[in-house]
Amino acid sequence: MVEAVAPAVEMVGMSLRFPGVHALDHVDFTLRSGEVHALMGENGAGKSTLIKVLTGAYPADDGELRVQGARRDFSSIAEAQAAGISAVYQDVDLCGNLSIAENVMLGNEVRSWRGIDWRRTRERAHATLSELGLSSLDLRTRLSDLSPAVQQLVAIGRATVVHPRVLVLDEPTSSLDDREVAMLFAVIRRLRDSGVAILFVSHFLEQVFAISDRMTILRNGRNVGVHPTHALDRAEVISIMMGKDLSTLRRLGSERVVHRREPAGLPVLRAEDLGRRGVFEPTKLELHRGEVVGFAGLRGSGRTELARLLTGVDRADSGETWIRDEPVVISTPRTALRHRIAFTAENRREEGVIGELSVRKNITLSLQALRGWTRPLSRRERDDIVERFIEELGIVPADPSVLVKNLSGGNQQKVLLARWLAVRPRVLVLDEPTRGMDISAKVDIQAHVAQLAAEGVSIVFISSEFEEVLRLSDRIVVVKDRRKIGEISNGPGLSVDSIVELIAADAGED
Amino acid sequence: MNESKSNLERVRAIIRSQYFWGIVAIFLLLLINLIKDPSYLNLSYNPTTGAFVGNIIDILRAAAPILMIAVGVCLVIATGGIDLSVGSVMVVSGAVTMEFLSAANQPDSIGAAALAILLALLLSTVLGLVNGVLVAFVGLQPFITTLVMMLAGRGIAKVITEGQNTSATNEPVRWIANGYAFGLPVVFLIAVAVIVVVSIVVRKSALGLMIEAIGIDPKASRLAGLNRRGLLLTVYAISGLLAGIAGIFATASVMTVDVSRTGYQLELDAILAVVIGGTSLAGGKFSIGGAVIGALLIATLDKTVLFLGVPSSATPAFKAIVIIALCLLSSERVRSLFRQRRLTTPLTPKETVPS
Repeated sequence: MVEAVAPAVEMVGMSLRFPGVHALDHVDFTLRSGEVHALMGENGAGKSTLIKVLTGAYPADDGELRVQGARRDFSSIAEAQAAGISAVYQDVDLCGNLSIAENVMLGNEVRSWRGIDWRRTRERAHATLSELGLSSLDLRTRLSDLSPAVQQLVAIGRATVVHPRVLVLDEPTSSLDDREVAMLFAVIRRLRDSGVAILFVSHFLEQVFAISDRMTILRNGRNVGVHPTHALDRAEVISIMMGKDLSTLRRLGSERVVHRREPAGLPVLRAEDLGRRGVFEPTKLELHRGEVVGFAGLRGSGRTELARLLTGVDRADSGETWIRDEPVVISTPRTALRHRIAFTAENRREEGVIGELSVRKNITLSLQALRGWTRPLSRRERDDIVERFIEELGIVPADPSVLVKNLSGGNQQKVLLARWLAVRPRVLVLDEPTRGMDISAKVDIQAHVAQLAAEGVSIVFISSEFEEVLRLSDRIVVVKDRRKIGEISNGPGLSVDSIVELIAADAGED
Repeated sequence: MNESKSNLERVRAIIRSQYFWGIVAIFLLLLINLIKDPSYLNLSYNPTTGAFVGNIIDILRAAAPILMIAVGVCLVIATGGIDLSVGSVMVVSGAVTMEFLSAANQPDSIGAAALAILLALLLSTVLGLVNGVLVAFVGLQPFITTLVMMLAGRGIAKVITEGQNTSATNEPVRWIANGYAFGLPVVFLIAVAVIVVVSIVVRKSALGLMIEAIGIDPKASRLAGLNRRGLLLTVYAISGLLAGIAGIFATASVMTVDVSRTGYQLELDAILAVVIGGTSLAGGKFSIGGAVIGALLIATLDKTVLFLGVPSSATPAFKAIVIIALCLLSSERVRSLFRQRRLTTPLTPKETVPS
C-alpha cells in the first residue's frame, strides 16, 4: 500500500548553480511518508541547498519537484508551507521574549471578529504540543526561560501546527546533550508514526544511525547513494561521503613521514578537562615542542570547536591550561597572543584577514597588537618583516600595499600565516589552512608547516583531508560527535583507513 | 568612443576622491557671497591690534569648535560607533569654565584660567570615558549610549550653573577666543595645533591602524589579538576631550555659557562634517583631513546663511538642502543611477516598440 501512494516528495534532476559552484547537480531524491530520511554529506555537499530548494527558499535552476505526486514550483517559503512542507532549522528561529503559546502559534493565531482569540489560540497550541507528548509544558512560560532542548521541541511544535506532511529538521540536535536528544527522538518517532515524512540532517553519525530509516548521501552537489540505514555500516557511509573507496584509502596511508619523534619532556601547552557544555566534551590535550598534532574528524565533528577552546577564541567552561609548568588562563585571543598561541580560523575571509586593509597592515596587525599602540613598528622594521614574509612564503603579488581582498585564497592564507609568524608563536593552531586551494598551494603550505615544526613551533593541524593530516602529523587526535575518541601516534602502520575505522567503530556512549 | 570613455574615467576618479565635493562646495559658497558683495573676500590688516580682519577670518574663527568635535567624532565613527554627545559635552565644559571663573572672580589671572580649563577638560574626558565604558564593557549600542549622554550632559550643565546662563570675566580665556597671534585668531591656531597633534598621534602610533581594523572587521580583529575595548575607551575619551576644548572655544568668545544653546545640535554638524569628509558611517577607513574640510564647509555655510540674510526660520532648511545635495553628489548609488540613465536612454526608444 505504501508503494502505491505517491512519495511525499520527489525531486528529479534538481540543479542549482551559484557563481562558481554547482550546488546541486541533477539530484534525484525521494522522501516517503512515514519515514525518517537522513540527508548525509560533508559541509558544502549540498544538503542545505537541497533543503532550501525543498522549502521554497531558493528557486531551482532546473529539475522537477513533486509533492504528493503533484508537480510544484515554489517561489517562496510560504508556498512550500501551504503545500505541507515545514522546516526547523539549527538556530532556533523563535522569539525569546514571547511565550510558548505565542511562539507555537505565531502567524497561525485563531482569529475572531475581535482580533486574535487568545483562549482558542492557546487551546490549539496545547493540542499541538500534546500530540508531540509535550502536554506538560506551561504555555505561558517565556521561551528564553527554557533550555535549548525544550526550545528546539517548541520549534518543532511550531512547525507541526499546520499539520505538515513533510518536516525538515536541519541539525536539530547540535546544541543538545544525550538526554535531550532522546527526548527529541521520541517526538520524531511519534510524528513519523503518524505518517509525516521527516527529512533529518545531522553531523552526528550515531544519531543518524539511531533514528533514520533510509539515507541519501550527497557529495559535491551530487546524489552518490540512497540506502536503507541498516544496510550500511559507518565506515561505508564515511567513505561514500568522502568519495574514497575504502581500498584506495587503505593504500594512500602508507606514505608515512620520517620526521616523527616521540614527545619528550614538558609539553609546551597542556590542557586538562578542557571543554564547554554543548560544544565539546572535556578533554585532555598536550602539545610538545616541534610537534605537529593533527585533529582528524569529519566536518562538524567538533575539531574546530576544540581548537577554538584551546586558543581562547571561544571561552571554555571547564578545564585548566598550563604553558610548560605555569598555569595560565587563556580566555580571549588577546591573552592567547600574549602567550604566543596563534589561531588561524577556518573561514579566513570572515575571521582571518581584513580584506579592506593592505597586505602590509594585515601582516603586522598581531605583532602590533602584541606591542601595544604606543610602540609602533618603525617603518624600517615593518618593511623588513613584511618583505621577509612575502618572500619566505611566496605571497603573490609581492606588493605590500595591495588590499588583501584582491588576493587569491591561497595567498590570503599565507598573509594570515605571516601575521602569526611575525609574533614568533610557540603554538600555532591552523584550522583548515589548505581549504579551497589548488594542489601546489596546498603543498606549499604543508611544506611551511613542516618547516615551522622543525624550527620548534608546536603545531595543531586541522584538515578535512585525512591524507594531509597523516602526512604532516606526529600525533593524531581523532574527534567525533564533539568529543575526542582517541589519540594515535603516527607511524608506518597507520593509514587513512585506520582513522576512518576508528571513527566508525566508535558507537558513542548510548 | 574608447578615448572619451577613458577620459571620463579619469574625471570620475577625480570626482570620486573623498572630499572633492566638500572643497568645491566651499568655493561655490564663497563665490555666491562674492557675487552678492564683490569685496567679500577682502582682507584688511589692522596695525593696532596686529590682526587680519575679514570674512575669511570670521569663518576660520567660527570653524574652530566644529573642527574639534568633527575630528573626535571622526575617530569614533571609524570604530563603527557614533558620538551624539559632543554638543552636550561642549556645554558641560563651557559651564564648568564659566562657573569656575565667575566664582574665582579674578579677571586677569592666568592661573584661574588654566585651572578652569583643566577642570573643564578633565570632566569632558570623564564623560567621554563613561561613553567608552558603556560601549566597550557594558556592550550598549553607541547610538543609545551617546544619546543618553547627550540628554544627560545638558542636564549636568544645568546642575552646574543652577539653570542660569553664567557669565564671567577673565581676560586670558577671552583672549583664547577673540585674540590674535601672528595676525590670525588664536582659537583657529589652537584648533590647528590640536588637529596636528591628534593626526600625528593617530598616524604615527599604531592607533590609526587599530581603529581602522576594529572598524572594518571587529571579529577578525579580535582573533588577531587586538584590544577592542581599550581602543574604544581611548577613542571615546579623545572625543570627549576634544568636545571639551570646543566647549571652551564656544563659550569664551562671549564669556557666557548658555545652557540651552551652547553646543546645541552641534553633534549633527560634526557628523555631517565627517561624512562630507568621506568617512563611512559604517566604520573603517577614516580621514581626519576630510573631517577638517567638512568642518570648514559647515562653518562657511553658517556664515553664508547669515551673510545672505536667509531668514533665521529658513536657515535649517537652507542648510539641509546644501548638505543633501552634497551627499547625493558623493553617493555611489546616485552616481551609478546617472551612469545607468546615460546608458539606457538611447535604448529606450527601441524598446518601446508598440505591441
